[in-house]
Amino acid sequence: MNTQKQDMALEIEDLSVEYRTGGGIVRALNSLELSIKRGTALGLVGETGAGKTTAGLAILRLIPHPGVITGGSIRLHGADLLEKTEKQMRSVRGKEVSMIFQDPMTSLNPVRTVEEQIAEAIRQHEKAGRAEALGRAREMLEMVGIPAVRGREYPHQFSGGMKQRVVIAIALSCTPQLLIADEPTTALDVTIQAQVLEMMKELRRKYRMSMLMITHDLGIVADICDEVSIIYAGHVVEHGTLEDVYRNPLHPYTVGLFNSLPNMADRTAKLKPIKGLMPDPSDLPPGCAFCPRCDRAADVCRTRQPPRVHRNAEHYVCCHLYEDKPFQEVSKDG
Amino acid sequence: MAESRPMLEVRNLKKYFKTKRGLLHAVDDVSFRIEPGKTLGLVGESGCGKSTAGRTILRLLEPTAGQVFFEGADIAALSAAQMRQKRREMQIIFQDPFASLDPRMTVSQIIEEPMRLHKLFPSAQERQRRTLELMDTVGLARRLFNTYPHELDGGRRQRIGIARALALEPRFIVCDEPVSALDVSIQAQILNLMKELQRQLDLTYLFITHDLSVVYHFSDDIAVMYLGKLIEKAPADRLFANPMHPYTQALLSAIPKPSLDARGERILMRGEITSPIAPKAVCRFAGRCPHVSQRCESREPQLMEAEPNHFVSCFLCGQ
Repeated sequence: MNTQKQDMALEIEDLSVEYRTGGGIVRALNSLELSIKRGTALGLVGETGAGKTTAGLAILRLIPHPGVITGGSIRLHGADLLEKTEKQMRSVRGKEVSMIFQDPMTSLNPVRTVEEQIAEAIRQHEKAGRAEALGRAREMLEMVGIPAVRGREYPHQFSGGMKQRVVIAIALSCTPQLLIADEPTTALDVTIQAQVLEMMKELRRKYRMSMLMITHDLGIVADICDEVSIIYAGHVVEHGTLEDVYRNPLHPYTVGLFNSLPNMADRTAKLKPIKGLMPDPSDLPPGCAFCPRCDRAADVCRTRQPPRVHRNAEHYVCCHLYEDKPFQEVSKDG
Repeated sequence: MAESRPMLEVRNLKKYFKTKRGLLHAVDDVSFRIEPGKTLGLVGESGCGKSTAGRTILRLLEPTAGQVFFEGADIAALSAAQMRQKRREMQIIFQDPFASLDPRMTVSQIIEEPMRLHKLFPSAQERQRRTLELMDTVGLARRLFNTYPHELDGGRRQRIGIARALALEPRFIVCDEPVSALDVSIQAQILNLMKELQRQLDLTYLFITHDLSVVYHFSDDIAVMYLGKLIEKAPADRLFANPMHPYTQALLSAIPKPSLDARGERILMRGEITSPIAPKAVCRFAGRCPHVSQRCESREPQLMEAEPNHFVSCFLCGQ
């Protein structure tokens, strides 16, 4: 056994997913590469329609119809999830990998009490009696900062932030090794978001969980993640540690994302938006998918897909700008 | 500071809603003014009353009490017909560019509609010319003239909403979370457009948002609301450099910053927002405040000038 492989919680290679609709083939993921080291948190950052959520669902093999995984591999602690049977997958979901969705209001059952819903998740995967499961459910509630007595209440009696805590309690009830969090705080107010993020950091430390944090918010990634992958049109265009990507962003899209944010040091600085729009995933350009929006595009970008170029062992970028060039030079004039 | 006449002045504005459990104080005694050509950012979390304030100012909701002066004239006293005329000068841009555009109307029909309703241009040709002009102004390609909103992305839909708001050549626009539904790269395009329009057309904005970095970038002055009350108001730079109200401090510290250097200590507030139904005459933030003392739970603090041009409603700040 390769020791390096053992350290990986998740490795996705060359993963492609398409939705076969009447109107054409929507290419949601195009040779996606993602890897998460055991015990670390990876931020997957991109805009609406970039394929972030599809990536999360693909790991759980929950891509909805008419989506199909057309190629690639997803390895969880070395085991290929794409080769598992549906029955085997059922014991992976919730037990080994859990996912939290953006909207806590729609992930809970309105007619069952909160503690029953957590207990149900526990009994799904473990041999626990009803009373024991309920007891553990109450412990989970305390852990996410909700008094155990409130377990007998229904979701509608909880505020948005509390509901998201319940969802997190359910996701963590069987101590999964990998937690996928899909925009877990987007529906929450900023002060409640701060509480939930602090709690997630704390729980991650406690359980030594690996995490995939799907978000559009570079601020949340800076707060909670160790590494970051920038996804555009279903493909990771840049990846590295936070230090790499925040201090030396290489891809013009990554640079554009940072420039689009208001500058908190200079209020009057004009925003530099990325021109144009994300390409239609059912009609992707033949070369680099970002090329139509890129100020630095050359002829080669229009015809040939960019290669992956490494700046160091972690940090890579998929862009023709860096082909055959030493990095120091490029980042200086960038 | 009262040398120029403000574009908009709001005095002791109240909007209460009747509910089964009692009176809900959505906007409770709010006062502020906006000078011509300036932007006031109104920030706060869900349920603080910021959108209700915006709508009550335009009388899309009838105020429970208080006055709204538009260029010196009290519009709360106008009849419905007079108010309709006034609305030519006061427009609104909504948050959700999907829900605020009629799906059965084309882009041109949507932009044209206010001109038709207000009988601004008698001839159809003139209206069409003006519609095309507005599409140019907001950066919508002319070929989109006959398309429907569902064919367009969020950014373009918000441009339609802006063109519609501009159709009557207003001087004051309430912008209610205009970029919250948009991706950051598109958000920046729309914010730049709105700034540019403000400069060209000398517009005055009330910019309502929950996004503190956006409001900092966009506003001259910022007012912070909490449970229906205005709790702090100052020029944008001053508010960010020296937030005085404990709620504002917590709010600012909670913004996740997209930088590895700016990671400051976060002030975590206890609990969550309480109910705005029949509130007691005490500080509404007291239950969550890290600096709470006895007087906070016995009396209500007033908005007072703690430093020149910096207003705070907190016993800690010189009350």
